[in-house]
Amino acid sequence: MSQAREILRVEKLGKRFPGVVALDGVDFDLREGEVHVLLGENGAGKSTLIKMLSGAYQPDSGSVLVDGEPVEIRTAADAQRLGIATIYQEFNLVPELTVGENLVLGRPPRRFGLVDTRRMHEQARGMLDRVGVTVDPRTRVAELGIAQMQMLEIAKALALNARVLIMDEPTAVLTTTEVERLFGLVRQLRERGVAIVFITHHLEEIAQLGDRVTVLRDGRSVEQVPADTPEEELIRLMVGRPIDQQFPRQAQRAGEPLLRVEGLTRAGAFADVSFEVRAGEVVGVAGLVGAGRTEVARAVFGADPYDSGEVLVRGRRLPGGDVRAAMEAGLGLVPEDRKGQGLVLGADIAENLGLVTLRHATRAGFVDRAGQRESAGRVAEQLGVRMSHLGQEVRTLSGGNQQKIVIGKWLLADAHVLILDEPTRGIDVGAKVEIYQLINSLTASGHAVLMISSDLPEILGMSDRVLVMARGRLVGELKAAEATQDSVMALAVTEVEDARVH
Amino acid sequence: MLVSTNVLTSRSAARSLLAENGSLAALVVLVVALSLMSGDFLTVTNLLNVGVQAAVTAILAFGSTFVIITGGIDLSVGAVAALSAMVLAWTAADTGLPWPLATLVALAVGVVCGLVNAVLIAYGKLPPFIATLAMLGVARGLALVVSQGSPIEMPEEVSRLGDTIGGYLPVPVLVMAVMGVIAAVVLNRTYTGRAMYAIGGNEEAARLSGIAVGKQKLITYALSGVFAAVAGIVLASRLASAQPQAAAGYELDAIAAVVIGGASLSGGKGRALGTLVGALILAVLRNGLNLLSVSAFWQQVVIGVVIALAVLLDTLRRRGGR
Ligand SMILES: Nc1ncnc2c1ncn2[C@@H]1O[C@H](COP(=O)(O)OP(=O)(O)OP(=O)(O)O)[C@@H](O)[C@H]1O
Ligand SMILES: [Mg+2]
Repeated sequence: MSQAREILRVEKLGKRFPGVVALDGVDFDLREGEVHVLLGENGAGKSTLIKMLSGAYQPDSGSVLVDGEPVEIRTAADAQRLGIATIYQEFNLVPELTVGENLVLGRPPRRFGLVDTRRMHEQARGMLDRVGVTVDPRTRVAELGIAQMQMLEIAKALALNARVLIMDEPTAVLTTTEVERLFGLVRQLRERGVAIVFITHHLEEIAQLGDRVTVLRDGRSVEQVPADTPEEELIRLMVGRPIDQQFPRQAQRAGEPLLRVEGLTRAGAFADVSFEVRAGEVVGVAGLVGAGRTEVARAVFGADPYDSGEVLVRGRRLPGGDVRAAMEAGLGLVPEDRKGQGLVLGADIAENLGLVTLRHATRAGFVDRAGQRESAGRVAEQLGVRMSHLGQEVRTLSGGNQQKIVIGKWLLADAHVLILDEPTRGIDVGAKVEIYQLINSLTASGHAVLMISSDLPEILGMSDRVLVMARGRLVGELKAAEATQDSVMALAVTEVEDARVH
Repeated sequence: MLVSTNVLTSRSAARSLLAENGSLAALVVLVVALSLMSGDFLTVTNLLNVGVQAAVTAILAFGSTFVIITGGIDLSVGAVAALSAMVLAWTAADTGLPWPLATLVALAVGVVCGLVNAVLIAYGKLPPFIATLAMLGVARGLALVVSQGSPIEMPEEVSRLGDTIGGYLPVPVLVMAVMGVIAAVVLNRTYTGRAMYAIGGNEEAARLSGIAVGKQKLITYALSGVFAAVAGIVLASRLASAQPQAAAGYELDAIAAVVIGGASLSGGKGRALGTLVGALILAVLRNGLNLLSVSAFWQQVVIGVVIALAVLLDTLRRRGGR
């Protein structure tokens, strides 16, 4: 490995935005056939760095060298010409177009000047097969879940046959099965000499896949270490202090049932789902992508309608498809898709954090904006949001910090039953612990949490009970003590195979 | 690595106001340029005249600001203005309704038109462009039906809205200021105002945060309707009669004023002050071109170019951060 040729080198790269120095002298190099992990806290500058390699941003200072030659990467086309392909942290899909159209966007197969739809779908199917996704290329992207969107982005990037592949948190929303498939693909590429930049907040993935690690802190590259460096050491390098407990769950005695779901069914999405969440509990929901977890969560919260069954909060039945009624009864939902459903990207931090509490801060039609700002400031501090000020547009926050805003606005709302869909997506190890502490204090005060997560260690580490879904059905329930990686996966997978037979 | 940006001295506050508000800077440049080019421009009489010219457009545009912030568009405001004024004049003249009641009826007509727009949009799922285009036709047609095609005199008491107090303060300018303050307060301080920004910024996120999107759209378009009615009444007062073809094409000026003022047609952005500046830019430009005796034909060309330039400058300035 050490003989491998260097493809790309970055020297003393600097980038500032109004009010923020995002990068302040970053050195980084990339060799043929290696997986080079970029590690750093939320807002450390990882995405900014890769955006300067993909032509999305221009550096203010420093240089980029490809094959030893200084280059200027001004546009995405420049990057493509140099053989650099990028999977961004925030997706770049057109929701109203189909999967097939998105996959060949910009270079659709043509016949007599018209798009050749049949060939387009054939190509798309080939690209999807490569990443092992079984979705019809004619589906509109808007109908996909977040994990499928991620796989789509991966398929798109792979099709470019680049020699440098940059992946910004590709595993943030994938479950173990897809992550393994992705790793398989990455290893194949590495064999063929492709150089890979890999960003992740899941430390266990580093040793599994990586060769070298560059640690960024506050916009500087502070250290370069081999990928088999112990996790504690990696944490210390990136956070600057050790973290004693990754999952600090303090279980409570379960109280009265707060949320009861009975026989919830929607044709084509989920069937006969029944469960209960009690005061003081954290109930985890595990399953593969497409198992219907998000669909159930959204239906319970009234974001989507359901065909039959019922949802009861403290014994009172909720009308279906009515978000306001659900909120009034004390439900809250942190959605999985922060860009599409969680945030008003063009509005500022205070505004976003105050969205859910807006109604309660209103007297006679007038909003107490000073009060709203004050609470926003408090939560932002609690969650350690890295920002220049509360008036900063959410669009310009780093991915993990955006996620903190989505969670933060619901923390302010004081919901009795908080449904979290992929709550720690893209959040760094240090901030995750903060969020777990907040979950602890919620349950300690008699509230309950229903947590959907594709991060199995998180489900196992934080849940008092684990529900497992497969193919739109609830296939099992495990107590914290019985739940292990294997027992959960066994449930999630066997049932899928069963369902396919029928 | 964070630099605090909220420390501002009052002197640099004025400078940053200009820098942040491309359109305000453009207005200042325009005023300076015109006063250099024409000695008649910077006189009190002329400036008041500009204010009167701007008033109707500005009031319409304040209403459009609400709609545009939610990501919609209202093409019916000019026609609704004409219809409301017509209903006022007609009920007062033909049915002998006392003028205060007639005025209330006129405002109610504005509200109803707005509500119909909103129902079609929020519940009928029609695109705002189509729903309000239909309303444009209906309202203009009804104005013609009611008036049978000819102007109707406004009640004298209402016509005072077109007067000038003490020879100096034109009432339309006063109404514009009041409506501007109302618009600013609605946008900045009320639940509905904040909801408008959220809906325009990301409707799904707003819905999942518990904002009743449909209901808020009803309020938004109803407000646009009321503002249109007020504008129509002011315009008719200045002319002393309600005319069925009044304010034709004003909806485009209103939209232009909102966009010049920094709002985004894709929603989520916009301010009352910006809209006022946008309306003033249009009025100053027309007035200046008249003073410089530019032909009416060329005026249209110049105004088109200036609209494009103003918005272009603003967009470029915003993109500067990349
Ligand atoms: N367009 C922008 N305008 C202003 N500030 C920006 C912009 N883009 C990024 N920043 C700031 O630059 C810093 C680095 O952001 P970046 O997205 O690179 O972080 P990151 O390391 O990718 O974090 P995460 O793990 O949360 O994705 C952050 O403080 C962010 O707010
Ligand atoms: Mg990032």
